[in-house]
Amino acid sequence: MKQVIAVLTVLAAIVGLWYAACVPMNIKGVLTEQERAGAQVQPPSAKDRRDLGEFGLIAGNSFAIPATWEQARPRLPAPHQVAVEMWKTTVQKKITSKRSLIYHAWVTLSATMLGFVIGTGLGILLAVGIVHSRVMDLSVMPWAIVSQTIPIIALAPMIIVVLYSVGIQGILPKAVISAYLSFFPVVVGMVKGLRSPDAMQLDLLRTYSANGSQRFWKLRLPASMPYLFTSLKIGIAASLVGAIVGELPTGAVAGLGARLLAGSYYGQTVQIWSALFAAALLAACLVGLLGVIERSVLKRMGMAQ
Amino acid sequence: MMAVLGAIAVWLLGWWLNARLASGAYADTRAVRLAAPLIFGLTVIAIWELLVRGLDVPLVILPAPSVIWDRFWDSLPTLWADFVQTIIKGALSGYIIGCGCAFVMAIAVDRWDFLRLGLLPVGNFVAALPIVGTAPILVMWFGFDWHSKAAVVVVMVFFPMLVNTVAGLREASSMQRDLMETYAASYWQSFVKLRLPAAMPFIFNGLKISTTLALIGAIVAEFFGSPTLGMGFRISTSVGQLSLDMVWAEIVVAALAGTAFYGLVAIIEKAVTFWHPSQRG
Repeated sequence: MKQVIAVLTVLAAIVGLWYAACVPMNIKGVLTEQERAGAQVQPPSAKDRRDLGEFGLIAGNSFAIPATWEQARPRLPAPHQVAVEMWKTTVQKKITSKRSLIYHAWVTLSATMLGFVIGTGLGILLAVGIVHSRVMDLSVMPWAIVSQTIPIIALAPMIIVVLYSVGIQGILPKAVISAYLSFFPVVVGMVKGLRSPDAMQLDLLRTYSANGSQRFWKLRLPASMPYLFTSLKIGIAASLVGAIVGELPTGAVAGLGARLLAGSYYGQTVQIWSALFAAALLAACLVGLLGVIERSVLKRMGMAQ
Repeated sequence: MMAVLGAIAVWLLGWWLNARLASGAYADTRAVRLAAPLIFGLTVIAIWELLVRGLDVPLVILPAPSVIWDRFWDSLPTLWADFVQTIIKGALSGYIIGCGCAFVMAIAVDRWDFLRLGLLPVGNFVAALPIVGTAPILVMWFGFDWHSKAAVVVVMVFFPMLVNTVAGLREASSMQRDLMETYAASYWQSFVKLRLPAAMPFIFNGLKISTTLALIGAIVAEFFGSPTLGMGFRISTSVGQLSLDMVWAEIVVAALAGTAFYGLVAIIEKAVTFWHPSQRG
């Protein structure tokens, strides 16, 4: 209960700060608009206003403060503007409409999911190979670890263009980037998990004269589940980032990344913010969903704390 | 055809060499642990070169390693300028500001329980979000130059660093805290002498995660607008001109910079947390 109050307080403080920040961020644009509309603005000339700081302008023109939360193209949109835009573009638009956020989120989500499935599948396979083959462990594992320190996302524009030039387009190039980003966290986490049974447990299976595949299915794989879910959560967040970034360099027309890019080209800040919140919600839902699956799976396996 | 057969031969040779090393008597020595990944890497590069030459893969799909190598040395001044713009100015300054702010914030969060209860769930939540999405907004606010890239990096590294530092500051056990209490140590004395050192492994974990995030943030932010300089700018324009050798050269720079940045933090960690079990032996 105390925690809920604390979280709500922090969230309220963030929203409050946000509203407060809108005033200095937007005051210059608002005053220009107000002057055009015929209001008395202090100081009257645009040049003086440019030299005067934001807070000086606010002190001189306190009547304009409410207008900073209502601009059409503000530098920083107020929370309620973003909320209204999100409401308009999700509930009040048909899902098939090009202006519906749900449509764009679905485009991004489908690429994310496809890439995530490919990336995790290959990652688990490679991890199994690494655990069972000493050669692969020695030669591939160091590269998997080093690759985590590399900004792989730099490859994204190239992957898209290369795949396009060999005739592959649509969802697959984005999915490849997503797969690539979720691949290495899963490999590293899964190797750790498959190695987590200690010598005692492995010895016990040896006394049962269990063979290699029995050891894998009955001990290593179940023991790796907590590690798998931890890396799946990292992997899906990385997949979503990959899909969004994958939409940037080609000028894609659909998807949350395309919404961000179009918004930044045309100065539609409210659109950028609502796309950003949609991406955040999507990420939270995906990670939360994995958390729910994790809890129920671990509970059925008797591994939940 | 010869080159393709050569590639298969190189693959078999590399595999045989590593298999011998892995099952040989020296499998657990340091030299083998270093040699095996090197042999694997060289094999992959050799196969790449032979296949690209043998199958006549066009440059716009995959340039051969030798072409990338030539391009790397030919355009060293350009690459250096991009490196300074993106890594030194954008990523590094943002990294220092972001991690510094998160550290100060973590001390405040640790001091007041209410803040910890409220801010930590929010921080954990935000750390999983696709924060690179703030790049277009920050580019709009801070202009095209490196300031906006640094701002993106600050936002990206802040929450992972905050969450890790707060976890670390709670690491000292109640026994150890009680001991400091019996010494009549003040808050700051027990902070500097007990809790900060105990937090160091966690702080460095956060710092290491942040190195990669910093580079990602700085490069992706340049896709949204930059001066005619910088690694993200060069990658996106070179892709547009289909000069993929330049793109690969930039990727080599990014990989080297990322590994070096991470390695540097890891070396500092080794020196600072020499007492921790994970650093001994």
